[in-house]
Amino acid sequence: MCRFDPIASIIHNHGGTLPTLWKITLEILRQRQNQPPHVELFELEVDPDENVLDCIERVWAFHDRSLTFRHACHHSTCGACGMRVNGVEKLTCITPVREVTHPNGVLRVEPLRNFPVLSDLVVDVSGFFQRMEQTQLSSIAPLSQAKLPFEPNPPTIWQGQRLIDCIECGLCVSACPAANTSTSYFGPAVLAAAQHVYRQTNNPTVMQLVNCADGLWRCHSAYECSAVCPSNVDPAWRIMDMRRATVAHSLRNIFKRPNQKVAP
Amino acid sequence: MNQPSPRNILRWFDPRHRQPGTWAFILNRITALGLTLYLAMHLIVLGKLAQGPAAYDSFVALAHSPLVKIGEMLVIAAGILHGLNGLRVAITSLGFATRYQRQLLWASTILSGILILIFARAMFLGG
Repeated sequence: MCRFDPIASIIHNHGGTLPTLWKITLEILRQRQNQPPHVELFELEVDPDENVLDCIERVWAFHDRSLTFRHACHHSTCGACGMRVNGVEKLTCITPVREVTHPNGVLRVEPLRNFPVLSDLVVDVSGFFQRMEQTQLSSIAPLSQAKLPFEPNPPTIWQGQRLIDCIECGLCVSACPAANTSTSYFGPAVLAAAQHVYRQTNNPTVMQLVNCADGLWRCHSAYECSAVCPSNVDPAWRIMDMRRATVAHSLRNIFKRPNQKVAP
Repeated sequence: MNQPSPRNILRWFDPRHRQPGTWAFILNRITALGLTLYLAMHLIVLGKLAQGPAAYDSFVALAHSPLVKIGEMLVIAAGILHGLNGLRVAITSLGFATRYQRQLLWASTILSGILILIFARAMFLGG
C-alpha cells in the first residue's frame, strides 16, 4: 500500500535537500451549526513556502478528519478557499505561510465574515451567488473588455475571449464594513459585476438593479474590497465608476423632455 | 456573530488588520459623532440666551477655562479632518481619481495636520 509521506514530499519538492521547517501553531475557529464557536490548536512543522491551504489539508489528513473546509482548484481560479488568515481575507491556496506568520508563530484561520457558517470554515455562499446571477454577468468576455480600462491592452491582436477576473470568492464581502451591518446590502462583488455588465451592454435594467440604497449608495468608501481582492477586479473602482454612470444618467434625464425620459 | 447585523456596528471602529481606507472610514465616523455632540451642546448654550444676559454671561465665562479651550480645539480638529476627508470621499465616490484615493488620503491628512497646528498656535499662543 502506498502512503503519502509529507516530509518526503517536501524534500522531493526542494530537489532532495531538507528545507528549513517552521514550527507554527495553527489556530482554527471551529463551529457546527447552532453551536458556539471554539478555537482548536494544531502544532505543525511546515515548509514556509507551503500555502495556508496545504496546512489546513494536513490537519484534515493527519490530525482531524472531521474538519470541514472548501477547496477545489488549488490555483486561485475557483474561489472556493477564501478564509480569514490572521484577521485578513485571503485565498488560502495562494497564500504562502511565510507571508502571514514567522517561525514559532501563530496562524489563525477563520471563516469569511458576513456569510452564515455552515460548518467550521465552510460558509453558505448561495445567497451571494444568486445575487451575482441577477446581474447577468457572463463568466467570459472579449479580451479588450475583460480588463480594467486603465490597464494596458493585452499584447496580442487576437480578438478572442477570456475568463473575466472575478472568481466569486467572496473575500470582498467579508472585508467590507458596510456589509458587516446591513443584511440587505448587495456587496462589492455584485456591484462590480453590475458595472462590468453595464459598461459592456448599456443594459438599463442592470443600472436599475443597483441604483438603490442597498446597492451603489450603501458603499462607505473604505476600499477594503479592492485591498483584499485576489484577482485585481478592483471592486471599489467599479462601484465608483457605476455611481458616476448612474449620476450622469440621472442628470441627462433631468434635462430631457418628459416623453424622452428613460428609466431608471 | 458571523452574519451581517446592525449589532456588528462596533466592528466599524476596529482598525486591526485593515488598510488606510478603513482608518479614514473610522476617523470620519468618530469626528462626525464628535461634531454632532458639539452641535447639540452648542444649541443648549444658545438656549441660555433665552434665560437673559446674566445666565449667558456666566456660562460664557467658562469658555476661558483651559479645559473648554482644549475642547474647542478638538472641535476645530474634528471639523478640519472630517471636512477634508469628506472632500476626498466626495471626489472619489463619483468616480474621479478613485485609483488615487490613498494618495488623496495622505494629502488630506497632512493638510489637516498643518491647519490644526495653525489653529492651535492661534488659540493657545495668540497667533
